[in-house]
Amino acid sequence: MTEVKPYQVEGVTGGWEVVIGMEVHAQVLSQAKLFSGAATAFGAEPNSQVSLVDAAMPGMLPVINEYCVKQAVRTGLGLDATINHYSVFDRKNYFYPDLPAGYQISQYTQPIVGKGKIVLDLPDGSSRTIGITRLHLEQDAGKSVHDQHPDHSYVDLNRSGIALMEIVSEPDLRSPEEAGLYLRKLRTILRYIGSCDGNMDEGSMRADVNVSVRRVGAKFGTRCEIKNVNSIRYVQQAVAYEARRQVDLIENGGKVVQETRLFDASKGVTREMRSKEDAHDYRYFPDPDLLPLELDPHWVEDLKSTLPELPDAKKARYVADLGLSPYDASVLVAEKEAAAYYEAVAKGRDAKFAANWVMGDLFGLLNKAGLDITKTPVGPDQLGSLIDLIKNGTISGRIAKEVFEEMFASGEDPAAIVEAKGLKQVTDTGAIERVIDEVVAGNADKVAEYRSGKEKLFGFFVGQVMKASQGKANPALVNEILKKKLTA
Amino acid sequence: MTDIIDLDLGSARDGLAKKAFSALELARTHVQAMEDARSLNAIIIETPDRALADAKAADQRRAKGESLGAMDGIPIAIKDVFCTKGVVSRACSKILDGFSPTYESTVTANLWQAGAVMLGKTNMDEFAMGSSNETSALGPVASPWRRRGDNRPLVPGGSSGGSAAAVAAGVGLGATGSDTGGSIRQPAAFCGLVGVKPTYGRCSRWGMIAFASSLDQAGSFGRTVRDAAIMLRAMAGYDPKDSTSVDRPVPDYEAALTGNVKGLRVGIPKEYRVGGMPAAIEDLWQRGIGWFKDMGATIVDISLPHTKYALPTYYVIAPAEASSNLGRYDGVRFGLRVSGDNVLDMYEKTRATGFGAEVKRRIMIGTYVLSAGYYDAYYLKAQKVRALIARDFTAAFEQVDVVLTPTTPSAAFAHGEIAGDPVAMYLNDVFAVPASLAGLPGVNVPAGLSPEGLPLGLQLLGRTFDESGLLNAAFALERAANFTARAAPWWRQ
Repeated sequence: MTEVKPYQVEGVTGGWEVVIGMEVHAQVLSQAKLFSGAATAFGAEPNSQVSLVDAAMPGMLPVINEYCVKQAVRTGLGLDATINHYSVFDRKNYFYPDLPAGYQISQYTQPIVGKGKIVLDLPDGSSRTIGITRLHLEQDAGKSVHDQHPDHSYVDLNRSGIALMEIVSEPDLRSPEEAGLYLRKLRTILRYIGSCDGNMDEGSMRADVNVSVRRVGAKFGTRCEIKNVNSIRYVQQAVAYEARRQVDLIENGGKVVQETRLFDASKGVTREMRSKEDAHDYRYFPDPDLLPLELDPHWVEDLKSTLPELPDAKKARYVADLGLSPYDASVLVAEKEAAAYYEAVAKGRDAKFAANWVMGDLFGLLNKAGLDITKTPVGPDQLGSLIDLIKNGTISGRIAKEVFEEMFASGEDPAAIVEAKGLKQVTDTGAIERVIDEVVAGNADKVAEYRSGKEKLFGFFVGQVMKASQGKANPALVNEILKKKLTA
Repeated sequence: MTDIIDLDLGSARDGLAKKAFSALELARTHVQAMEDARSLNAIIIETPDRALADAKAADQRRAKGESLGAMDGIPIAIKDVFCTKGVVSRACSKILDGFSPTYESTVTANLWQAGAVMLGKTNMDEFAMGSSNETSALGPVASPWRRRGDNRPLVPGGSSGGSAAAVAAGVGLGATGSDTGGSIRQPAAFCGLVGVKPTYGRCSRWGMIAFASSLDQAGSFGRTVRDAAIMLRAMAGYDPKDSTSVDRPVPDYEAALTGNVKGLRVGIPKEYRVGGMPAAIEDLWQRGIGWFKDMGATIVDISLPHTKYALPTYYVIAPAEASSNLGRYDGVRFGLRVSGDNVLDMYEKTRATGFGAEVKRRIMIGTYVLSAGYYDAYYLKAQKVRALIARDFTAAFEQVDVVLTPTTPSAAFAHGEIAGDPVAMYLNDVFAVPASLAGLPGVNVPAGLSPEGLPLGLQLLGRTFDESGLLNAAFALERAANFTARAAPWWRQ
């Protein structure tokens, strides 16, 4: 394992440590909103998915959607967190046109999920545990649209009332890379559980990033919150920029003030949005329209027992049972579809060999083609058959790569390609001997050099033989016969 | 035969069943009474065409032998706090100018389902904030009652002042009300009616314009306990659309009216004797105690030690909830909008124009008690006291079955008499508020007249969800008190 140097921002007065905490808003995968029956599909006509409750018409009342509660609890279980059997919905009061009721229903002092953790898989194969402070359920607001009219704004309430999980981390992250890894891992867990699709570009996962700097080991510095960053790359850029900004500010005799900032992706900078003095007084209080949420411990236990195998458990199993390296295992489990694919390929086969094919050849071509695993033209059975053809000696590993490219392009089965193209490996020793004899005869000078001790030339002879056989000669037989002929 | 207009709900129900008259005749009579009583300003939206159509439908059902029961064909009035589909519903606030809901509140939907006939919407204090109906954006209501030898208009009480005045004036055989801190019981007392606020959670709040969500509860006005009981049964019931509504069967309240209170334990809380209370009210209370004794009930002196904190507690919690509930009136989606230079300016102008002084006062109090730094001292403290008040009642109801108190500390007052003094106004509900905070059912029973000839009421409070027991005690009290006075119909020009 290589020693990884901790990330630091180098200032003129020395190194500074970056401290990052994350608040992620994850949209709950649910057909209906948190407190109303309205639909939640992305991209619908403005104001076409709005119930009377979402529009906060007079006399309307919220009713909790049990499915969203279930999703939050399953997520909490996936984060190895305490499930609070008693939680309370509060009103967060403020005025904004896209907040129809004048308050957002959220959870303030008594969230549904308490402390948990997320394990980050670092590139060097080690791991780091990041604390989760809490997870709570809340409503999303609508959307103000400012670019449709010169002096009017429009409001789209489709998003109003959609269930969000706010997942808050401890200030445990120490670099832009860790911030990125944290988001990726969280997204992986959410997708395994199926409680959020994790699509940051559709806004179904958004991050508020708290950043501060300090001397290593010193007390926490004053933090700034960067609101609503909507891609992992932007989070990393925003953290790097903000940490640098704070270090420069402090080193120039300034002081970091607690404030909310925005990340301007086009310029790669953060800008002040509002200072602490302008912060709203949200006047939180328990929503009298809703009773406290009480969960039956048996119900929670049932959810726990029906949770799918999660990435950490899967990774551990790949390492322990399949003999994969921790890093390979973490790459394979990062997407649940990829892991399922891999397991289908590896079933009854050489697991490490299968891992190399999936991570190397398959991921390589998918990446080049800009496809994700769900769009792969080569099914796991097909890749499995290809591996079988290698293992039973029908084709060589080299030919297999050629066949795989053909499979990827055409979607055909490997056996058919091998058959049609005549790529079957030659295992007839007589035929191989004939080719070797030709090569030996045609390279008398090299043979002499070899025999006089230049054994490195062995590879040259192998290459010539494979070339002459169009790659079809069984490499093991080639080695064996060639050795005999050259030493004879 | 008695004139149709003089029948109470129960007798009208019997008359309809016997086909002594039709629902249409009954409706026409009440529509006429409504027109005759316009000077009271009790009904702010009249729906006579709807009333006649509803009545005809009731008659057709009856002709086919498909009557829907006690409320079928009964003309009633609806407090403006209930959203009624296609009929402007604005809780008598300017900020809801022109708001015509596309939906029907659960309580009114239940009433129409039971065949009730809609006469119109009744006046009320703006957003149910008031005890005199003087905060209505649609003007004050004149009580049908006047002091002996004095023609000055009196308040009907509030906030359900229009409903109380209407029923007291013979407009409608019943009316809906809502009671947050006495808004049914106090006007019922002022107008000589029975007004019942059921247990919190008994009637759905869905479609009822919210004032203070943890306190608001719909209820009924009637000329008699039987009337109020019949109507309440039709309004009540579990509603999955209201998370605070309670899934319990609704008993036949009328069937519980036996009048037998032998062995009933009636609690008399010593804390309900407040300074400055007129002798007439103290006397009436004593008479009430005597009647129960005479009927074989047991009188038990009880203590509800946290009573004196109820009013201040109420005036922290109710405004706090109101300040949040009224956040939705921002001029963006419905009702009044006063344009401004930007969105903040529009909010400010809309809300400054749309809300009346009392509503603004409560929004400001509520905003204050919820704000950072004051929350613990006010809102949180008030919630703790509220729990203590509820505990007082829980303890008391281990010793007694009902609690008997005066309903109000005075009889009705004149327009403008105390409107300038909010605290004096709030004191009207001093006896009503504790039960509201505890979520208990309560009922006003008209029991006597003040020296000026105005109605005075006694309040009975019951156990949670024991409306049957409560109404039966009220029925017995009603019979004993034999309150037969009616307001002289000066308003019929």
